Amino acid sequence: MMEGMLSFAVFFLVFASFYALCSLGLNLQWGFTGLFNVGVVGFFAIGAYASAIITGPAYPDTLFGGFGMPFPFGLAGAMLSAGVAALGVGFVTLRLREDFLAISTFGVAIAIQLVCLNFEPLTRGPNGMYSLPRPFAGLFATHAFDNVLYLVVCLALIAGVYLAFERMVRSPWGRVLRAIRDDEVAAAALGKNVFAFRLQSFVVGSAVMGLAGALYANFQGFISPADFLPIFTFQVFVMLIVGGSGNNLGALLGGLFVWFLWSMSEQVMQALLPPTALTQAAAARIVLIGLVLALMLLFRPEGILAERRIVSREARLPRAPKR
Amino acid sequence: MIQYLADGIVNAALIALGAIGLSMTYNVLRFANFAQGEILTAGAYFTLLVVTVLGAGIGTMGPIAFGWPLLVSMLVAIALTGAVVLVVDMLLFAPLRGRNASRITLIMAAFGVSLMGRNLVMLMTGGEPFYYDFYIPRAFALFPGFEVVPDDLAIVAIAGLAFALLFVLVNRTSMGRQMRAVAENPTLARVNGIDVRAVIRWTWIVGAALATVAGALLGHNTQLRPEMGFDLLLPMFAALILGGATNLYGTILGAVVIGLTEALAVAIGLSGYRAAVTFAVIVVFLLLRPQGLLGERE
Repeated sequence: MMEGMLSFAVFFLVFASFYALCSLGLNLQWGFTGLFNVGVVGFFAIGAYASAIITGPAYPDTLFGGFGMPFPFGLAGAMLSAGVAALGVGFVTLRLREDFLAISTFGVAIAIQLVCLNFEPLTRGPNGMYSLPRPFAGLFATHAFDNVLYLVVCLALIAGVYLAFERMVRSPWGRVLRAIRDDEVAAAALGKNVFAFRLQSFVVGSAVMGLAGALYANFQGFISPADFLPIFTFQVFVMLIVGGSGNNLGALLGGLFVWFLWSMSEQVMQALLPPTALTQAAAARIVLIGLVLALMLLFRPEGILAERRIVSREARLPRAPKR
Repeated sequence: MIQYLADGIVNAALIALGAIGLSMTYNVLRFANFAQGEILTAGAYFTLLVVTVLGAGIGTMGPIAFGWPLLVSMLVAIALTGAVVLVVDMLLFAPLRGRNASRITLIMAAFGVSLMGRNLVMLMTGGEPFYYDFYIPRAFALFPGFEVVPDDLAIVAIAGLAFALLFVLVNRTSMGRQMRAVAENPTLARVNGIDVRAVIRWTWIVGAALATVAGALLGHNTQLRPEMGFDLLLPMFAALILGGATNLYGTILGAVVIGLTEALAVAIGLSGYRAAVTFAVIVVFLLLRPQGLLGERE
């Protein structure tokens, strides 16, 4: 019993890590730069498929992939692929009004899903990619231990991304991002290349989402297009809003908290409802999460942890005005 | 080939009906309404509700497999959908506007409404597809080698009628003038004594009405699914961008281009990539002509 609880907790935390990374990535884009990415799941999917192609086995029915390379190459390739995709998307849309970025990223996510679903020589279509290598598998007698080790890797990566982002947003670079977010014209008037900074922020944030996708793929060992639906993007939004956009710790906390609510409500519904009502139960959970988002937007838009309005380490503002 | 184009025109009519609401909220309320697809879905399901309550089937009109019962149900559904949209605006969007929330906050709220709406329909219907009535499209040859389905002709005609009414509203009525004034400059409009709240209400109602017509016709032509409207969201956005975002005629023209492009994609065997083709069209346009077909450069 105790062991079951523990292994469930590890499983839960590993999944929370994927979301926490995406939430951090979105925070850099939206929280700090004001870029609204409606295609989080697209970049997550690119990362997952990139890692599957790089680390996975060769399938008889694909024309490309199956390189069977070690796990770290999968992670790096995932970040690179997602980053390159973001570069392309950003290049087209970041000069335009913010609505167009939202619409385009939404389109990107749909287009990526269609490629996953239809481009069988690369992705095996609806059949998905299976037997992806799980790192640490076989090192121990039971799966419980390699899950713990996987969690450690996830946490280390989160810590790395978190520390890097904290440094970045506090640096002069990060101050420019926030200046662009709060007043694009003023930032441009001060001689900052608004487009270049936006593009950098967008690419870095998306690369982290790609990293999360790779971690997901190699933990699950199997991915298919059904894993990458718009609901994922929505969950990440809610995490960031609940945690507090513009605050990296808030992004992490929101990820953990919302994922906790999400998986607990699933457990409760599975325990209470007959299996025939599970489709409805899943829908009800999404409606509930939607309500959480709406209520947060209405009553506490700054999230649990509000943004710290620190201009730089040297200068502290007395009391931030409410957003 | 020409056969595919006929399908494209029907599709374009439905996209345009839905995209008008998108264009109106975009210009008057100034945000991209990601919940537009669900307004369409709501309209389709409300029509189903009324059809079921009336219990008179959907009727026929000569060769057309629907008639007055469906059209009357659609009109009642317009009122129901409009009411729901106004309640959502009152509870969510109006307070956000009152706080001067950013455009992105509104988009995010709309995205939330979209998911909630879709899943509420799923919750209430169990997610199984519904039909207004048993319907097998029967085509007849308009001229040799070119067949049309009477219902498709009716759909295009209804869409045309709806656009005609819309243009009378926008160009010939006081409310239409006020809408255009608010779209142009909300502050100036308010200073000149325009009741901006009333304008916003009518913007939602007109958009919801056309979306309901689109939903009901799409439901008749295919089936009712919780995702039916959401699946049309990207083509609707594409029509908006193609048309230049600030121009209603442009939106309709954009819908025609998108409808025909999708038909072309299907014709050359890319039916699995339909939405991706739509997206590619958006990207090309954003690169080459960000102001759209009929838009003006900002």
